[in-house]
Amino acid sequence: MLHSFVALVEDKPGVLTRVASLFRRLNINIVSLTVGRSEKVGVSRMTIVAESTPTAGHRIMASLYKLENVLQVDDVGQLACVSRELALIKVAATTQTRSHIFELVEVFRARIVDLAPESLMIEITGVQSKIEGLIQVLQESGDTILEVSRTGRMVMRRGQHTSRVLDAMRIPGVEQIIVEDAGIEPDSRESATLMAEEAGLQ
Amino acid sequence: MSKTKTEAARLTGSEIIWATLEGEGVREVFGYPGGAILPAYDALRKFPIRHILVRHEQGAAHMADGYARASGKVGVAIATSGPGATNLVTGLATAMMDSIPMVCITGQVSSKVLGSDAFQEIDITGITLPITKHNYLVTRAEDIAPVLREAFLIAQSGRPGPVLVDITKDAQQSIAAFDFAAAAAKPHRPHPMLSAESAAVLQAAELIRSAKRPVILAGHGIIQSGARNQVITLAERMQIPVTPTLLGLGGFPASHPLSIGMMGMHGEEWVNNAIQEADLLIACGMRFDDRVTGTLATYALNAKKIHIEIDPAEINKNVKVDVALIGDLAEVLEALLPHLAPVGESAWVREVNSMKGECAVRDIINLPDNGHLYAAHVINDLWHATDGKSIVVTDVGQHQMWEAQYYKHDEPRSLVTSGGLGTMGFALPAAIGAKVACPEKEVWVIAGDGGFQMTAAELSTIAQENLDINIAVINNGYLGMVRQWQEFFYDKNYESSPILSPDFVKLADAHGIPGATVRTRAEVDAAVKTARGRKGPFLINFLVEKEDSVYPMIPGGSALHEMIRRPDNPLIETASDS
Repeated sequence: MLHSFVALVEDKPGVLTRVASLFRRLNINIVSLTVGRSEKVGVSRMTIVAESTPTAGHRIMASLYKLENVLQVDDVGQLACVSRELALIKVAATTQTRSHIFELVEVFRARIVDLAPESLMIEITGVQSKIEGLIQVLQESGDTILEVSRTGRMVMRRGQHTSRVLDAMRIPGVEQIIVEDAGIEPDSRESATLMAEEAGLQ
Repeated sequence: MSKTKTEAARLTGSEIIWATLEGEGVREVFGYPGGAILPAYDALRKFPIRHILVRHEQGAAHMADGYARASGKVGVAIATSGPGATNLVTGLATAMMDSIPMVCITGQVSSKVLGSDAFQEIDITGITLPITKHNYLVTRAEDIAPVLREAFLIAQSGRPGPVLVDITKDAQQSIAAFDFAAAAAKPHRPHPMLSAESAAVLQAAELIRSAKRPVILAGHGIIQSGARNQVITLAERMQIPVTPTLLGLGGFPASHPLSIGMMGMHGEEWVNNAIQEADLLIACGMRFDDRVTGTLATYALNAKKIHIEIDPAEINKNVKVDVALIGDLAEVLEALLPHLAPVGESAWVREVNSMKGECAVRDIINLPDNGHLYAAHVINDLWHATDGKSIVVTDVGQHQMWEAQYYKHDEPRSLVTSGGLGTMGFALPAAIGAKVACPEKEVWVIAGDGGFQMTAAELSTIAQENLDINIAVINNGYLGMVRQWQEFFYDKNYESSPILSPDFVKLADAHGIPGATVRTRAEVDAAVKTARGRKGPFLINFLVEKEDSVYPMIPGGSALHEMIRRPDNPLIETASDS
């Protein structure tokens, strides 16, 4: 099954190697890996998607947490969460063949971000299946895809929660500490979630 | 150098290394100088730190390891870049597998030439990434103190382990402000805490109260956590038999009436049968290694399992458990014990003891002297002669298992042995570390003729430091455990297991270390007495039965109760082999 691990890690040289090396040791292929800054200074957030047995999830999660640079980790594959991926797709298109691509982009709520005489570039955000859907429709309509660049999945759990590794260790209050450090009131964060939900953005 | 100066002193990176070590309480280090670490060595004379010059950097790592195992303090090893650093690898891996707190400092080429394949440049942080708990590459003098302090914190906290700090030559040479207190590491890991009323503790207590046939599996964690008293209380209060792992030996006193002896591949038959028949296993700071479980498909199928362990990654790794109590063993047991009321005499304890059956009769230790010298007898005699009070440092192989069976350890940290990695060549250097850490304690090396030759160069270190270490070489002319496997599983095809050795007594003599050769059991006591009576090192070359085997034995992949038992009459069977 597909696991999605979310890890908060120290933003230091070599951390990516340590995380990746753990998967190498287990001979598990990483399907996608996204890294970027988190809400906290000096802390990066990784989303690692990997194919493995259902029982391996806990093991990988716990092994990730053993790494000194990993501050928090969770396997959110089976939990309620928002999952998004960003893709840039370059398609061969002339002035004659552009218009149907514009229509497809409209249907998929994607955007054209670059337009050249021989090609155009589409930016699309969404769940994996939506991006694959657009690529498939483009191919079926005879368009030549020149390049695809995808970020891989990034995931965030819905609502308020603590990492399940920390839950298992019965460490209270960690989530609160991190929220405070980020300068966000827990309440305002909760209401932001509600607002997003009301706005139908999820 | 005073560490309590209010205003930060300005020191070279080299001085900062030693000043930080001094501040961390380090008084002895094991190392070998070389180009990239020379600035640090140049500054050493200014600090009250004793440097033990090793003969090979692997020895330095094992010494730091033995130092840590014997004392509970962090062991420190120093090496130069390139080959100096790579020679540490086996020692780091050994410490990693056995969770030993250790800090290794390596020199590195200057930061300006990093990545240029400079002379003696090697990516040691890359190489040691999977065999250290954590490692660092330091390129600036101002980072040395905070990194080293964090290294000491990481090495000791949670599940301990080795940390490597690679410091470039220019970082050692440049000058920075040094403030020991300000460089203190912040614990960046929350400490797992179980309240006495947490659901898992209550559940564990209920399992223990309702168990009819419980067994405590006593692991290395008892020693690391200092949970000896709590485990004794648990065992006595609930009348639970206790079986140690190899690294758990000494954690629970072997002479305690509830101690039933070591479990696993070379554990006694009744011990493994007790585990297979148990209805509850209380695993205390152990990791269900394949050497103690046999095949997992048939392991303790009737038993519920409580796993008390500081490392969450160990939970459900090999054996699925019913209750996991993640935390420091002593703290967890303190939370658990108030829920347990004392029970009376236990039928189960009587049953386990009755399971010994005729094992004692088959036990080689009960054989009369038949003119053959058995390693088991040597070790048992050594136990008697030392009153069980020596620190024994073993190598890896048959003698290691006989030591575990026939030297009864009552005290924690009295057995120093490489468990997880099974590193031959470990004993001699590790014993040097143990002796330096505990100069007041008697230290015995027990090594086979194979493993002893792997690191025999450290005899020279013993001589140079004039360390009072006694060495028992169990010499059977074979790589004994390899030979035993060849006998049992490879049709006695003794390929490459017979080994020629130098005359170890002459070898010792060449180092100025006296020694004796022992061929019969009658000579054992006198030789041990001579060794113990002398100040300074002594080597005894025990020429033992060549084709003796360690019994009982669970063949790899077999169930815990499917043991190869001792021969009905070992006297005849071993005699016919000679």
